[in-house]
Amino acid sequence: MKWGVVRFPGSLDDGDALHALRNVLGQDAAMLWHKDETLAGAECVVLPGGFSYGDYLRCGAIARFSPIMKSVAHFAADGGLVIGICNGFQILCEAHLLPGALMRNRSLSFICDVVNVRVDNTRTPFTRTAHEGEILRLPIKHGEGCYVAPADDLAQMEERGQVLLRYVDEAGVETDAANPNGSMRSIAGVANDRFNVFGLMPHPEHAVEKMLGGDHGRRIFESIIEAAR
Amino acid sequence: MLVKVFITPRKGILDPQGRAVEGSLKSLGFNGVASVRVGRYITIEIDAPSKDAATAAVGKMCDQLLANPNIEDYRFEVDGE
Repeated sequence: MKWGVVRFPGSLDDGDALHALRNVLGQDAAMLWHKDETLAGAECVVLPGGFSYGDYLRCGAIARFSPIMKSVAHFAADGGLVIGICNGFQILCEAHLLPGALMRNRSLSFICDVVNVRVDNTRTPFTRTAHEGEILRLPIKHGEGCYVAPADDLAQMEERGQVLLRYVDEAGVETDAANPNGSMRSIAGVANDRFNVFGLMPHPEHAVEKMLGGDHGRRIFESIIEAAR
Repeated sequence: MLVKVFITPRKGILDPQGRAVEGSLKSLGFNGVASVRVGRYITIEIDAPSKDAATAAVGKMCDQLLANPNIEDYRFEVDGE
């Protein structure tokens, strides 16, 4: 399967995403530059984590207007698969390809941790190899991960099953203590209403090899690979 | 023309920065402080044929880039010629 990982000025996890896809999962993955105007035939586009444009103004607000984002928006409108991780999630929200917004963490601190997230909808291209309610252990590292959306939007998203991942404790229950950043309804990852665009704060690309702390992130990438078959 | 843009967290949206500053002010002894919101202040020098034209342009700037309507409100003032 062909993948394109977009590198913005200030991207940080583009290299890890490429490594996970190419070297661990054996995929045909290429790096795309933010000034490119085409996606080089990618069947799935990855917007990686980092600090695109120094997080100036708001996280993702400037990257959203990079030349490549026009192609990404067209690709998504045509049903193409797009996954945004951390800063990529923020960019997708700013671009209105996903609902809601990401604000400063409740604690005001940058958080580096490993968290449990529960898969709440497995009938999507991003989660289909997981089982309903499966708990994934994934790393997080962000300062602006507090997910917010208007109450009406949230209700609609819940009804449609657009909340794919939620922060939970070890027993799989959402609690205030297990919510690292104050996200509404403990939301860690959401899809659009067509389920071809997905954004999440945890980093699956950092969790694909057991010797490096766990491989639960493979669930996400393997789901996409299976969906594209 | 000089335009001053004020962007604030939308009412009802949790503002953790405002809350932290509020706590700090209270601990300094400013007991009258009821609530604090922290926002962003942007100045723009703009060449426009009229105040109305500047107002229209800055409104678009705010909608498209300067503010995120999901979480922020904005207002702005256009000063003189």
